[in-house]
Amino acid sequence: MSDFPRWKYALVAIVLVLGIVYALPNAFLPVPAVQITANRNNTVDDALEQKVSDALKKANVASTGIEIKGDHLLASFANADVQKSASDAIKAVLGDDYTVAFNLKSTVPNWLTAIGAKSMPLGLDLQGGVHFLMQVDQNDVIDKQETRYADDIRSLLREKNIRYESVTRNSQRGQGVLVVLKSNEDRTAAATIIGTEYPDLIVQDGSATGDRYPLNAAVRPDKLRELSLNTIRQNLGTLRNRINALGVSEPIIQQQGDSRIVVELAGVQDTAEAKKLIGATATLEYRAGYGTPQQAIDAQRSGIVPPDARLYKGREGQPYLLSKNIIVTGDQLVDASSTFDQQSGSPAVSVTLNAAGAKKMLDFTTGSVGKPMGVVYVERVVETKIVDGKEVRTPKITEEVINYATINGVFGKNFQTTGLRSPKEASELALLLKGGSLAAPIDIVEERVIGPSLGQENIEKGLRAVMIGLALVLLAAALYYKLFGLVADVALFFNLVILVAVMSAVGVTLTMPGIAGIVLTLGMAIDANVLICERVREELRNGSTPLAAIRAGYDKAWATILDANVTHLIAALALTTMGSGPIKGFGITLLIGILTSMFTSVTVTHAITALIHGHRKLKTLSV
Amino acid sequence: MEIFNHNANVNFLGMRKFSVGIAILLMVLSIGIIAVKGLNYGLDFTGGVSLVVDYENPVTTAEVQDALEKGGIEHSLVASLGGTREVSVRFQPTAGMKDEAGKINLDKVSAVTTGVLKASRPDVSIKSRDYVSSTVGDELRSDGILAALVVMLGIGLYLGIRFEWRFAVAAIVTELHDALITVGVFALVQREFDMTVLASVLAVIGYSINDKVVVFDRVRELFRLARKAEPEEILNRSINNTLSRTIITALFTAITMAALYFFGGPVVHGFAITMLIGILVGTLSSIFVASPILLWLGVSKQDLMPKSKENPELARRP
Repeated sequence: MSDFPRWKYALVAIVLVLGIVYALPNAFLPVPAVQITANRNNTVDDALEQKVSDALKKANVASTGIEIKGDHLLASFANADVQKSASDAIKAVLGDDYTVAFNLKSTVPNWLTAIGAKSMPLGLDLQGGVHFLMQVDQNDVIDKQETRYADDIRSLLREKNIRYESVTRNSQRGQGVLVVLKSNEDRTAAATIIGTEYPDLIVQDGSATGDRYPLNAAVRPDKLRELSLNTIRQNLGTLRNRINALGVSEPIIQQQGDSRIVVELAGVQDTAEAKKLIGATATLEYRAGYGTPQQAIDAQRSGIVPPDARLYKGREGQPYLLSKNIIVTGDQLVDASSTFDQQSGSPAVSVTLNAAGAKKMLDFTTGSVGKPMGVVYVERVVETKIVDGKEVRTPKITEEVINYATINGVFGKNFQTTGLRSPKEASELALLLKGGSLAAPIDIVEERVIGPSLGQENIEKGLRAVMIGLALVLLAAALYYKLFGLVADVALFFNLVILVAVMSAVGVTLTMPGIAGIVLTLGMAIDANVLICERVREELRNGSTPLAAIRAGYDKAWATILDANVTHLIAALALTTMGSGPIKGFGITLLIGILTSMFTSVTVTHAITALIHGHRKLKTLSV
Repeated sequence: MEIFNHNANVNFLGMRKFSVGIAILLMVLSIGIIAVKGLNYGLDFTGGVSLVVDYENPVTTAEVQDALEKGGIEHSLVASLGGTREVSVRFQPTAGMKDEAGKINLDKVSAVTTGVLKASRPDVSIKSRDYVSSTVGDELRSDGILAALVVMLGIGLYLGIRFEWRFAVAAIVTELHDALITVGVFALVQREFDMTVLASVLAVIGYSINDKVVVFDRVRELFRLARKAEPEEILNRSINNTLSRTIITALFTAITMAALYFFGGPVVHGFAITMLIGILVGTLSSIFVASPILLWLGVSKQDLMPKSKENPELARRP
C-alpha cells in the first residue's frame, strides 16, 4: 500500500534538512567576551590590542582570542568568571579612555552565517543587555508651557481690545507670565478675562509704578505637576514605540523617580545604534514665511529682527525670516514615511497630520496661497565636556530651515516635505516622526552593560527541567502507544528542531518564560498523535484491517486536529497583537509551534508510518 | 497498553445538574475571592524600588538574591552592572519600608536593605535608590481587553461557521469558567501574579479550547452518523469515546509542566503551576460542563447535517 504520495516524502525530507540547518546556529554557544570601545579621542588599533594582551598576561588571565572587529576590540574567554576578572584587569590598565563592557562573541561558523542562519537572541533574563538611565528635561516643559500662555494671553487681550504695554515670561522659570497694562481698569478687566479663559492660571496683581500696572499669571502648581507626569507618560509611550520599531523584543521601559526613565534592551550588540534612536529628538516645525528675502538679509546684518518673526539659517547658512507662530509641529503627525519627490527625485518625507493639525494646515494654506512657508528641522544634541574632572552636559539645539517655498495650492492632511540631505536622513526622520515626538527632551545620563537577571544556576535549572519533562513525555508516549508512540517521539523531536529553526529565522528573543512556552507547545503537540493513535485503535476495534485502520485513523483524526488547531491558532494570534513584552513573545512561540506541530505530528508521522508499514502484509499493529 | 476501558459508558450527562452546579459555585467563589482579596500583582505590574548596590569584593547575583530572601525580601530582580562589584536590585518594598501612611519611604528602604545585606556580607553599601514604575505600559489593559474580545469573537465565529452557534456559546462560556477559576486560585493563595502568569492564563485558554473542540468534533460526527439521535445519549457517547484522549493528552501536557514545576527553579514556578491548575480545570470542564450546556441550548441532529447543496427542484419530485 502506498497511499502516501512520493512528493510528500520529498517535502518531509526537505523541511527536515532545512530545519536542522537553520536550527544549527543555536548549538554554537556564544562565548563570553569583553568589548573595548574608544571614548572620545582614542582609537582602537594594534597598539591597544598589544596593551590588552599584556594586561591579561600580567593578571594571569587566559584569553581564547583577541581581535579587532570594526570600531571595537573583542577579547573572548573560556567562562564568565574569567571574563569578569579579565574585565577588571583591562579596566585597571585602560582607565577612562576606553569603555570596557561585557559582550558575547558569536561562534557560528561562517558558512552558516552566509546562508542567513543565525542563533536566537537571548533575553534580558538569560543574557542581560544594555541599561540606559535617562533624564527627562522638565524645564523644557515649563518653558514651552509658559511661552504658549504668553502667546495666548497676548492674542486674548488683543481680541478683547484691552490695551497692554507688554506680555512677557518672567525671567525666573516657573513664575509665570508678566502682563503690564496701562490702567487699573484694564488690569481688572484683563485679570477677569484671563481667570475665566484659563482656569489653570493663578492671576495676581503686582505693585503699580506710575502708569505701569503689572499683572502676574502663574501656572497652578498642581497643574505643573500634572503636566510633568503627563510628559513622562508620553515619553514612555514614545520610547516604547521607537524601541518596538527597532525590533528589540521584550525590553524593560520604566519610570524611575520623578523625572527619569530606565530602558533596558536585551541582546543589542551595538549600543551606539540603540542610543541614537532612543535619545533622538529630531522633529519638524512648519512656520509661515515673514517678509521678503531682502528683509531676512537685512535682519541678519543689522541684528534687528521684527517682533513677530524669528531669524533662522538654512543648511547653507542663508538667512530666513519665519513667523513666530507655528502652524504645525511634529507631534501633530500621525504617520510619516520616507519617499522621493516625484519632480526632483530628491529624498523627502511624506507626512499625514492628525485632525487638528490638518485643520490648521488647511486654514493656513487657504488664506496664504502665493505666500512663502518654511519647514524647520529641529534637533537637540547633548554635548558632554569634562570641566574640572566632572562631566558637564550642555544641550544644544540646532534649528535649520530645510525648505522654504511658495505655497502653490491648498493642502491639509497629507503632503510631502523635501530638502533632506540623503535618503538615510529621510528614513530616520520618518521613523522618529512616526514613533511620536518626545514631549520633553531626554538625555542619557548613564549607560551600563547589565548582566542576566537570572543567575546561572536558575538558567541551568530551567534547562534541566525542560529536558526531564521532554524525556518523560517521550517515554510515556512510547510506553502507551508502543511503535506508534515511538514514531510520535521522533516527530516530536523534529518538531522541536523545526520550531527552533523558525524561531531563529524570525528572530524571536528567547527568555525563560519563552522556554516554558516551547515546552508547553511540545507537550500539546503530542495531542495530535494521541488523537491519531486513539482513532487507529478504534478502527481496529471496529474490525478494520491494519492498513485500513491507519488510513481511516489519519483521515478522521485530521478533521479534528484541524478544528482544534485552528481555534488554538486564533487564541495564539490574539496574544501576538498585545503590544510587546513576554506575552507577545509567548504568543509568537505558540503560533509557530502550532503550525510546526500540525506538520510534524500529521505529515511526518504519516510518512514514517507509511515507510514502516507500507510494503508489508500486516496482521497486527503495534499501537 | 490501555488504561481506559474502551466500552465504558459512564453517564456523565446524568450528573449534569450536580456538575454544572459545582462549576457555577466555583465561578461565583472565584469572582468573590478576586473581588475581595484581589491579586498579588508582581513587580512588573506594580513597580517598586530600584537600588544600586556596591560591594568591595566581587559578588555573584545569586549571593545577593539569597541574602535578600533570607531577610524577607522576596521576588527580587538582581542583575550585575558592568563589573563584578556592582549590582542592580529591584523589588517590591516590604511593610517595614513604608511610613505610617503606607507610603514608600526611600530612607527606610535603604536602611532595611542595608541591614538585610550586611547580615551576609559586611562590605556592602548602597549607592543609589529610587522608585521605579511598572514595566507594563498603560496600553496593556486596553490591549488585553481587546485581545480577549478578539479571541472570543474569533473562536465564536469559527465554531459558528464550522459547527453551529450553540457550540460557539458553550465553548466561550466554559472558556470563561476555566480562566476565571485559574485566576481565582491565584487570588486565593495570594501567589505572585506577574506577566508570565498572565501569559500562562492566556495559554490555559488556548489549551482548554483545544480540548473542547475535540469533544465537539465527536459530537458532530456522531450526530451525523446516528439514525436515531437522542441528544443526551449522543453527548454521553461522545464524551466516553474521547475520554481516553482527553485524559492522556492532559497527562502528557501535565508531565512536562510538573517537570518544570519541580525542577525548573523559581522563575518558571508560576508558569507551571498556572498551567497545571488550568489543565485540571480545563479537562474537568471538557468532560462535565461543556456538554450539558450544549444539551440545554438544545443541540440537535438537524442543525448539524451538512447543508444540502441539491437543487430544491429535486426535493420536490416524488
